[in-house]
Amino acid sequence: MQKIIGKTPFNGTEDQKKRLQEAIEKHKSDPGALMPILHKAQEIYGYLPIEVQSIIAEGLELSLEDVYKVTTFYSQFSLAPKGKYEISICLGTACYVKGSGEIADKISSILGIKPEECTEDGKFSLTACRCIGACGLAPVITINKDVYGRLTPDDIEGILAKYA
Amino acid sequence: MKSLDELHDIYDKLKNYISIRTGNNSSALNQRHVLVCGGTGCTSSNSEKIIQALNREIAINKIEKEVKVIKTGCFGLCALGPIMIVYPEGCFYSMVTLEDIPEIVQKHFLQGKVVKKLLYQETVDGDTIKSLQSTPFYAKQQRVALRNCGVIDPECIDEYIAVNGYKALEKVLTQTSPDQVIKLVSDAGLRGRGGGGFPTGFKWKLAAANQADQKYVCCNADEGDPGAFMDRSVLEGDPHTVLEAMAIAGFAIGASKGYIYIRAEYPIAVKRLKIAIDQAREYGILGKNIFKKGFNFDIDIRLGAGAFVCGEETALITSIEGHRGEPKPRPPYPAVKGLFGKPTILNNVETYANIPPIILNGSEWFSSIGTEKSKGTKVFALGGKINHTGLVEVPMGTTLREIVDEIGGGVPNGKSFKAAQTGGPSGGCIPASYFDIPIDYDNLIEIGSMMGSGGLIVMDESTCMVDIAKFFLEFTVDESCGKCTPCREGTKRLLEILNKITEGIATIEDISKLESLCKYMKQTALCGLGQTAPNPVLSTLRYFRDEYEAHIKDHKCSAGVCKALLQYKILPEKCKGCTLCARNCPAGAISGKVKEIHIIDQQKCIKCGVCCSKCKFNAIIKG
Repeated sequence: MQKIIGKTPFNGTEDQKKRLQEAIEKHKSDPGALMPILHKAQEIYGYLPIEVQSIIAEGLELSLEDVYKVTTFYSQFSLAPKGKYEISICLGTACYVKGSGEIADKISSILGIKPEECTEDGKFSLTACRCIGACGLAPVITINKDVYGRLTPDDIEGILAKYA
Repeated sequence: MKSLDELHDIYDKLKNYISIRTGNNSSALNQRHVLVCGGTGCTSSNSEKIIQALNREIAINKIEKEVKVIKTGCFGLCALGPIMIVYPEGCFYSMVTLEDIPEIVQKHFLQGKVVKKLLYQETVDGDTIKSLQSTPFYAKQQRVALRNCGVIDPECIDEYIAVNGYKALEKVLTQTSPDQVIKLVSDAGLRGRGGGGFPTGFKWKLAAANQADQKYVCCNADEGDPGAFMDRSVLEGDPHTVLEAMAIAGFAIGASKGYIYIRAEYPIAVKRLKIAIDQAREYGILGKNIFKKGFNFDIDIRLGAGAFVCGEETALITSIEGHRGEPKPRPPYPAVKGLFGKPTILNNVETYANIPPIILNGSEWFSSIGTEKSKGTKVFALGGKINHTGLVEVPMGTTLREIVDEIGGGVPNGKSFKAAQTGGPSGGCIPASYFDIPIDYDNLIEIGSMMGSGGLIVMDESTCMVDIAKFFLEFTVDESCGKCTPCREGTKRLLEILNKITEGIATIEDISKLESLCKYMKQTALCGLGQTAPNPVLSTLRYFRDEYEAHIKDHKCSAGVCKALLQYKILPEKCKGCTLCARNCPAGAISGKVKEIHIIDQQKCIKCGVCCSKCKFNAIIKG
């Protein structure tokens, strides 16, 4: 899968860096430490810009390439910042059969972004995910921690308006 | 740290308490247990707030001693969430809202009068209330792997102990040898529930035979098949059973360390697993010298990061090691050289959930369930165009008709069943003509599908089979790791041809191209992902070839899904000239004056279907 790399300049804080370095120290000697540290880093920064990957590479005494090839492999590691409101649309089979494709099209046309992109004002980002397991509510979207189910394309405008 | 005697004490103390819910001892404690589903499905429909409201009402009425609220795992009927079951009556309240709570507390808990209008209507028969087990959804089910889901509080180790939890581990550590455990699992005939159906006992035997200073027991909880949530439900509803089974596997093969590789998208399951591991360590059930029998075993969690290929065993192992989850050629098999180069066994969650009952009830009990070559039960996640979406567990050999029509309540909105998809992106479609085939590993392979992890998606006449094949190929194109050419390139080319077909620009030769490319991929791809990626194409071609041909020759998509082949038309005899369609058309493609018949300009039409949904006279058809 093609990864989108964020263009916004990196603005990590000293506090974030300190927390990341603590996580690196804590897990450094565990076998297979890279993945847990990347998860932690994404939790701290919200995404994994190249600057963060460099800190991790240095801390684990790996080359930046070793880190980069892992971050670009897994769909959950994001190289671009997420929006303030992260919309996840479930494109699992159960949701797809029940019309989540049309829901995705509707969100894209309202916000003017495709899956894996973020609106210019940084407010909304859109991710297509594979089955969140709420198949009883199909089709489903989540916006941050809110879950919306049994949707039709007509519901979308009203839902997005709540976050505008 | 608890001794075996202390664990037995917990069991003795709580077994009466828990039996209120199992129905064996209904009035002993003069208590009511209110079980509220805290699985992902019901949490999504607000069960957390229901629990808060219940506790608040119960506190206001000062009946905390008489009424206990317990947050459990999934009951299975996700379509009716949030779900609440009240024992000892066994009343099943479905689609509970916050407004219903005061009434249920007042009438049911205080006055002892069941609020019938809020019950799941299939359990109400005139004046009598039927047990949940007698409803069509549950009657044909047999819960082995899911036995504790929806019964116990998954965040409380004592409740697990009260339902015979950790007794199987005690039995193997105190009464049997590793060889005997492996023999028991082999004799039971348990096969891997993650997809392939490899005999579990044989896998353990291979790993046990290899001498090494360190061996590993891994659990595949990276349920990647979109539309499947069996493993998640076990982890959310009964996490201790997986820990217990992994410890038993560790004893059997001589491993002291276990890893659970779980999808990061399953936050509730991850949280409950962490709680369970902490509790088990505190009780001395994980750690050093377990039950003072000289056996050491501990478990760590590793989060996946969204890569379907990591369901493949060698890829999963590489991912735990902290690398790109790319598969490796086998042999060497993980049982010889696996995680960190040491002998490793990897089983999936549902497989593990079957282990403690096999140890406690014996291999004969287990092998008496199911068909000749597929023993035991299988959990399916029913989804798609079906009335009772949810989680079901049935004996192997149950027919598709029983699952879809009887348990699942059939296809909604009066539409007819077209096919069921099993095995996710690696599987295929089962057409209506095989409705009565007993479902087991071998029969499904025979008819061109596979068991997979247990997603079962029902499709009706409005599902286009070419579009479904395309959907799965889009998935595998995304998820192919790119290491081997047949998969990396093959999936892309397959998708290109499918796109041509759905856009109406393919030729009839494209079908034979699809077929030969599928054959090469199956023969040459490195791992299971690439070898099975053509299955959705092959099985839809096998049973729905006429649909492919109609797309190509007649430019028709009978399901009305493929937009490029669609045309919206206004039926002159039904059009009243109300102008509603023209006013709502975003492309300005509809013309016509008031009270005159309207016409759609096909050049301008973007096929969004707004006109069709707005028309009050059913005058607009698509086809």
